[in-house]
Amino acid sequence: MIRRRRHPRRDVGRELDEAAVTADELASPDAVLDIRGLQTVFRSDEGVVRAVDDIDLVVRRGTTTCVVGESGSGKSATARSIIQVVDVPGQVEAGRILFRPDDSRPAVDMARLDPRGEAIRGIRGREIGLIFQEPMASLSAVHTIGNQISEVLELHTDLPPAEIRDRVIEELRSVGIPRAEERIDAFTFQLSGGMRQRAMIAMALIARPSLLIADEPTTALDVTTQAQILDLLGDLKRERDMTMIFITHDLGVVAEIADDVVVMRHGKVVETGPVDQIFHDPQHDYTKELLASLPQRHSATRAVVTEPETPPTTTVGGSADESVRHTAPDVTPLLSVRDLRMEFDTVSGALFGRKRKEKVVAVNGVSLDVLPGSTVGLVGESGCGKTTLGRSIMRVYQPTAGEIRYRSGDGTVADLATMSEKQLLPYRRAMRMIFQDPYGSLNPRMTVQQVIGEPLRVAGMAQGSELSDRVADMLDRVGLKRAMATRYPHAFSGGERQRIGIARALITGPELVIADEAVSALDVSVRTQILELLAGLQSELGLTYLFVSHDLSVVERICDRVAVMYYGNIVEEGSAAEVFEDPKHGYTRALLSAVPIADPRLRGTRERIVYRPDDVPAADDEAA
Amino acid sequence: MLRFVVHRVLHVIPTLLVVTLIAFFIIQLPPGDFLSSQIARMEAAGDSVDPAAVEALRTRYGVDEPFWVQYWKWISNILLHGDFGLSFEYRRPVSDLIMERLPLTILLGVATLLFTWAIALPAGVYSAIRQHSGGDYVISALGFIALAVPNFLAALVLAYIGFKYFGQSVGGLFSPEYANAPWSLAKFGDLLEHLWIPVVIIGLAGTAGIIRTTRANMLDELHKPYVTTARAKGLPEGRIVRKYPLRIALNPFISTVGWNIPSIFDGEVIVATVLALGTTGPLLLSALQSQDMYLAGGIILIVAVLTVIGTLISDVLLAVVDPRVRFGGK
Repeated sequence: MIRRRRHPRRDVGRELDEAAVTADELASPDAVLDIRGLQTVFRSDEGVVRAVDDIDLVVRRGTTTCVVGESGSGKSATARSIIQVVDVPGQVEAGRILFRPDDSRPAVDMARLDPRGEAIRGIRGREIGLIFQEPMASLSAVHTIGNQISEVLELHTDLPPAEIRDRVIEELRSVGIPRAEERIDAFTFQLSGGMRQRAMIAMALIARPSLLIADEPTTALDVTTQAQILDLLGDLKRERDMTMIFITHDLGVVAEIADDVVVMRHGKVVETGPVDQIFHDPQHDYTKELLASLPQRHSATRAVVTEPETPPTTTVGGSADESVRHTAPDVTPLLSVRDLRMEFDTVSGALFGRKRKEKVVAVNGVSLDVLPGSTVGLVGESGCGKTTLGRSIMRVYQPTAGEIRYRSGDGTVADLATMSEKQLLPYRRAMRMIFQDPYGSLNPRMTVQQVIGEPLRVAGMAQGSELSDRVADMLDRVGLKRAMATRYPHAFSGGERQRIGIARALITGPELVIADEAVSALDVSVRTQILELLAGLQSELGLTYLFVSHDLSVVERICDRVAVMYYGNIVEEGSAAEVFEDPKHGYTRALLSAVPIADPRLRGTRERIVYRPDDVPAADDEAA
Repeated sequence: MLRFVVHRVLHVIPTLLVVTLIAFFIIQLPPGDFLSSQIARMEAAGDSVDPAAVEALRTRYGVDEPFWVQYWKWISNILLHGDFGLSFEYRRPVSDLIMERLPLTILLGVATLLFTWAIALPAGVYSAIRQHSGGDYVISALGFIALAVPNFLAALVLAYIGFKYFGQSVGGLFSPEYANAPWSLAKFGDLLEHLWIPVVIIGLAGTAGIIRTTRANMLDELHKPYVTTARAKGLPEGRIVRKYPLRIALNPFISTVGWNIPSIFDGEVIVATVLALGTTGPLLLSALQSQDMYLAGGIILIVAVLTVIGTLISDVLLAVVDPRVRFGGK
């Protein structure tokens, strides 16, 4: 590859000079970034959206400033405005973005630089690094990670190619990627999610920027991977004396890493302050509301915020096949799953080639009881088989082996695992499902009336005005207006759509409802409302919930019993109190230790546990 | 990678088998057989027909034999002897007829292809980057006009302009004085003078489609997060576009690039006929009109085989260019 480093022309120097601001104009002498009156506006035919609406923000040198807010709060737009990479048609229209990379230099007002000019390009990547949420989408799939990381050095330094390669390998190693000298030539789809995000971090940091902006860098990751990435960012920040802006919707993460917190809502900053003040003495109602949506917080033991430090790490073993069972209550279960096994065939090799049939065991002989009227949580990380188990119980899949014993109202017990589609019909009304994605799970061409009424119509349970009446009743129950029945799903917000999904699940009068990540896609404040709705409906209608989720805090809050899944096995099962307060299995302990504690005063007090199954050799890839 | 190519090649064999069957089926479609209709026509014209010659032809082509036997004779002659049979109309071997028109056909096809890409790709990329700008609208409007105007009409108009304002002879790829002259620099110059009309006409229609595809692909890719990432690294806009979105937006192209091979060969039947070009296109048309079925069948077979081979080339190219295909499916 030909290295083309554009040497700055004279007008770059002039542009920077014109944008220079003396240091005493900064809000405080130790400010790296001082944003004043920033407005970022998206103008399109549909109207004007003020994504960032007149905000002030100061980031002190060497600190971590967390910007928190829900979707649409303008937190990402703020991050992108700083280096002027807002997506079209967005534009920074007003305000000052004073950036001072080091103490000895004057500050630069980046809002005055041409977004396409050379001056700001010299700052991007070199002085300010950016990490994005979804590493798969944020990196090019058709270039190797080495190619993409090297580019930063090719652009901002004069190093020869061989030296650049060495630097990239070294950087990959320092962000904890094993076998970096091979991985440098890997493509993104050949790496795990955690590894991809590490590569992204290496890319953002290789030019040693003084400011790192991380835009939801752990949101797409599993909780144990999130813990590793947060630890890594903390270590790097300390080693390299960086300043970090961390954007997140997760207050737990904020409590773990922040020094200062900025709370945003509808494009405005509603509250700023040191992390301890935000968590223990919030001033604004919205901050209080956000905090209230957190799971019950443990009372503070110490009133001192400790220096952020990576907590000690212990590695625990234990067999992945072992299943810890806490005491089971002596009640006849509504649903009783016995040794359920679900295998999928994957065929590799092409036509005329050697075909290799491989079996993927998604659910590996699982047994689980669900008591009538209770809420059972099924937790685990992505790929552990929790969703497959839920769908197997619903008989979306035909289980490979095992029993699904369902106890009907009249006391008869039937095994759903072997039933034909026709025999299953009555059970399809008794067992219903709520899906994760409130956008993807509603047909955009059906009215709310049609969406909710369809299960009744298909089952022949009601028609005409009776159908409309029942749909209207159901809308009342889930907190929507009857008049909304004639509208189409696109007219509703995420939370309202999820209410429609719930109404559709409940219209047939089911006994068991399987909620598959039903609140995962929702903002915290909306999530609280939906969870309250589900709880209300449960007591009103005597429902039983199987609540599939990766979010341990939600499960802890609403579930009576919890089953923890790991690679197709239930490794631990018991009452919520037993599992959360006294976890026995190594994996459960590791999982719980990775959940951020939503209290800055408890930061660094908990030991980080890493689980490594006995029968698996220490894999460098995933466990690193 | 080698495995991938070998697999792909193995896929081609059964496809080709089916293709030859269908081509032969088309030859057999018209009622009666070609010899009997040919003899009838000759007798009607008062010519005497030598019964021995007819019998020889009958045996050679196995006209009275069942479909499968005929197919076998046809395909084995092609495979073993490279013999595509005899054209009834021209009374010459089909392969000779095709071969003598091939160089010009390929020249025209390749020139057209290069012209199309040279115009369409930059126009499509520009259109996407400056979406909703004046330039975008002009390009789109011109593209749609080029797509909507029938080729033959444009051919007539351009031929008229060439004749009226540049004093060129109408039709053909050569001026009359060079048509039968041996190759020389002057003849080649004469060819280039005539070539632009068919190239522009055939090229423009294809351009419109490619502009729209490129524009749509680029618009999809331009707003992907990885473009923002590249921007956040400090890359200049031009380099971002060339290295990242364009690379992916070109994939659909690469996967169809092989389809151009047959169209290079068949040389745009209608435009070539209107302009009286000496390419294979008019040959195919006249063969179909006069039921000269071995000639038609031979051309159709070659086009079909080239389509299959073109697709194979595309698949391999795509794997070379896109690592997701190369390493995909493990």
